[in-house]
Amino acid sequence: MNSSQPQIEVKSVSKSYGGVVANKDISIRVPHGRITGLIGPNGSGKTTLFNSIVGYHPIDSGSITFEGQEISTLRVPDIARLGMLRTFQQTRIYKKMNCVQNMIISVSHRDEGFGGIFKQAKDRETEQQAEELLNFVGLYQKRNLISGDLSFGQQKLLEFAMALMNKPKVLLLDEPTAGINPTLINGLIDRLKRANEEFGITLFVIEHNMRVIMNLAEEISCLAHGELLATGSPDELQNDQRVIDAYLGAH
Amino acid sequence: MTSARKLDLRVYAGLILFGIITPILFPNYTSQVAVMWLMVLMAVTWDMTGGQMGYNSLGNVIFFGLGMYASAVVQISMFADVAEYTASFGAMYVEFTEVQYFTGLALGIVVGGIVATLFALLIGPFMLGLRGPYFAIGTLGLAVAVAELIAGWGYVGAGSGISMPVYPGVAGESTFVWYILMGVTALLAHLFVRWLYSTQFGLAMNAIRDDEDKAEAMGIRTTRYKVLTWAASAFFLGMGGAIFGNMSGFIEPLEVAFPTATFGIFMVAMALLGGKGTLWGPVLGAILFHIVKEATWTYLLGWQWVALGAIIIINIVYFQQGILGWAQDKWPAAFGLTVDRGPGDQPTGDTRPEAAE
Repeated sequence: MNSSQPQIEVKSVSKSYGGVVANKDISIRVPHGRITGLIGPNGSGKTTLFNSIVGYHPIDSGSITFEGQEISTLRVPDIARLGMLRTFQQTRIYKKMNCVQNMIISVSHRDEGFGGIFKQAKDRETEQQAEELLNFVGLYQKRNLISGDLSFGQQKLLEFAMALMNKPKVLLLDEPTAGINPTLINGLIDRLKRANEEFGITLFVIEHNMRVIMNLAEEISCLAHGELLATGSPDELQNDQRVIDAYLGAH
Repeated sequence: MTSARKLDLRVYAGLILFGIITPILFPNYTSQVAVMWLMVLMAVTWDMTGGQMGYNSLGNVIFFGLGMYASAVVQISMFADVAEYTASFGAMYVEFTEVQYFTGLALGIVVGGIVATLFALLIGPFMLGLRGPYFAIGTLGLAVAVAELIAGWGYVGAGSGISMPVYPGVAGESTFVWYILMGVTALLAHLFVRWLYSTQFGLAMNAIRDDEDKAEAMGIRTTRYKVLTWAASAFFLGMGGAIFGNMSGFIEPLEVAFPTATFGIFMVAMALLGGKGTLWGPVLGAILFHIVKEATWTYLLGWQWVALGAIIIINIVYFQQGILGWAQDKWPAAFGLTVDRGPGDQPTGDTRPEAAE
């Protein structure tokens, strides 16, 4: 793979809902194996951009490529099978299944053959992998509980573990720390970094918690009113007057 | 899980024993119990989409009726002209030899299953694009439409129906044949779903039930699972319809083949009563429902629909999760829903007792 080519390249993407312009001419490059951040005030179009990237809705104009392949016309499951997953702001797990089952069904469906879908669910190897990752996020002891009975924070950790189970190349995280107990946030940051370093997963993270994103990301883009305001290192962004204004509400 | 397996085997053994003893001890009830096995078959196959996958179909009788009609056409067409046969409204007497009859029957049942499956594969991709109440109403509408189409199709006797070939053996013997066929089909269907629910496929069905958008976002080929599930349930229901058509001796579209207001609703009510989305709930629900139904028909004639309605209302209002679902809420540990004992659940490191790596 050409290393100068970014893993995800968003080029001049625009998206409107009726008269509301949610994204206007946005270009962002997410490099291989790094952690890239996306910030911006509420309603600035961050989640819309995520939705565009993972194929949730068609874009009005522009192009989105994943490892050089145009993906803006592909549908959600096809993009997921290419190895790009997202987690949701409103945590989404399979609430009536237990944690281990949630993990087992989250394996990658990339190279799944027709016969493979009739494989026994309780395959020892997969189960072991599931247990290791549940342990990684600290949910090992709750593995046999119905996941809908877990606390919100635990569900969020489960969703993260499910994403790791899929062995994605890129993981798009929509506010991974929102709703998580502050004492657990450091543990989560640590896990996100380890997922990036140990498993080699590229992370693209939307985050409102400035302390978290400044700690985590190497490069951050800031959106405001659907437009790209600035891109730079955490330090550059913290001192950028436009970014400060956007967050303080000045126009 | 081995204890669950042991329990399953015991329940199977108990039901098979019951199935063998009943016609010997109470031969007069053979037909009623044969219909009970049909009810079990209906509840179990309905639960595949309704309980395990979250797609509440009100139109699964389509598969039942199509299987019935397909088998009738196969059984007759092998030895007579179907159009001529149906046009004579049973007045044309075809003498089937035993060999002819039983080959026709065997082939008819299998073709009944296959035709129902093909129909599910054909309409599945469209119908299963509908979600929630839209799927329920859509399937109900489809069932009514299919019944009307058959009722207007002269080749299969239209609204006047078809008199099925007459069983060639000794009088009274046929009851036991239908009993055995119905019981075996229900058992096969249940063994099939028990296996299916233990596979990746079963988990995918549950994932679709819990959050279909999430399942898609995780790369699961949801349409494939949905259509195959519906097709598999159609296969068993189609065979059940083929057997029931022969058992009835006479089939017609509205009351026997596509009874949306009776069997179509019963299969939903039975699965809900026993506990939808569980392995044994539909079986339990079907047996209880059928016993209450037969008892009220016998002892409370005139009030039977009120009694069935009351069961459905109590079920929906007071315990929606059904009998087994309620039991699982009450005794979670008995269903394997337990927390491990050990140090806290903070994500602070390895808390597995056997952690070695």
